[in-house]
Amino acid sequence: MSAPHDKDFESIEQHEHEHHIVSPRIYLTIVCVLLIMTGLTVAASYVEMGIFNPIVALAIAAFKMILVVLFFMHVKYSTKLTKLTVGAGVFTFLILVGMTLSDYWTRAWGRW
Amino acid sequence: MSDSQVVSNQVVVHGAAEGAHHEHLPYQRHHFETYAQQSDATNFAMWLFLLTEIMFFGGLFTAYLIYRNWYYPAFVEASHQLQIFWGTANTAVLITSSFTMAMGVWSAEMKKKGALVLCLVITFILGIVFLGIKTIEYSEKIEKHHVPGFHYSMQSFLNPQSDPEVYKEYKDKPLPYDMARHTEIYFFLYFAMTGMHALHMIIGIAILGFMIFRARAGAYTTGHVTFVENFGLYWHFVDIIWIYLFPLLYLISRHQ
Repeated sequence: MSAPHDKDFESIEQHEHEHHIVSPRIYLTIVCVLLIMTGLTVAASYVEMGIFNPIVALAIAAFKMILVVLFFMHVKYSTKLTKLTVGAGVFTFLILVGMTLSDYWTRAWGRW
Repeated sequence: MSDSQVVSNQVVVHGAAEGAHHEHLPYQRHHFETYAQQSDATNFAMWLFLLTEIMFFGGLFTAYLIYRNWYYPAFVEASHQLQIFWGTANTAVLITSSFTMAMGVWSAEMKKKGALVLCLVITFILGIVFLGIKTIEYSEKIEKHHVPGFHYSMQSFLNPQSDPEVYKEYKDKPLPYDMARHTEIYFFLYFAMTGMHALHMIIGIAILGFMIFRARAGAYTTGHVTFVENFGLYWHFVDIIWIYLFPLLYLISRHQ
């Protein structure tokens, strides 16, 4: 069933796939940062920043998302396959939003 | 994912006489070489499902961005109808529930049955609290006739002073009729996005209820944590959607 090179591959896999248990201390740190960031984004919305209001709000949201994905969803400790899958998801989403908006923004200038 | 029967940790050997089979833990499906391979495959499948969810919500977010640019004044004034207090409270509730869910996964990994049940119950309750707050918000929209449809009312936008609570905070100017009509699109997207999010919460809460019973029977503390782990991924994903909905719907138009 297994040629010698298969065995090597298996041992590499075995090593990479060791189940990593994230400690409660990390979860607690992350949830505190998330709650502070929530407070921060609400506070920022009360400050007049013009065009930067949505930018700051979305930047904070993106930061919170990255924390949730890396630690709560264990992606930091996951296999390369999982990391690639998550990356592909973000990339495809950015194409969906980016290409659609670039189309809307570059046709019928100023008429919408 | 439904292979989480209550089993002791004895090793099962299927068809050992044929020599083509291997020993494995009782919760390892026979067609996997190792348990690690099985849990990786399941984990990968869960992420693929979440990718389809990203594209599903992605469509809604894209629609929101386009219409917000299109009917900007209508979206600004319509978003003033949302109460930041409730939005913030719900964000805190959901983030805390994500934390208790993560602790649930940890409890399952450490085979702590009592802690797991407790974490799942708290997550369940926080999910209900989230929906409760959403109900308060929805009922206010229903009272003001801000639900899109035949009974939709543009009064708050044609004549902002008729809506004193919002007016005293934002001092909005009346919108021309043509623009005020488009506030309905804001509320359509508001209900579509928060409604789909709430539907995901309801499904999640239902699964949590099921998991609480199974966890009490000891189902997830045998070393086989796949179900709890993958449900955790779902719950955190729903949390991430809200992390974006909150600023986009409630916060970014406060000043315009």
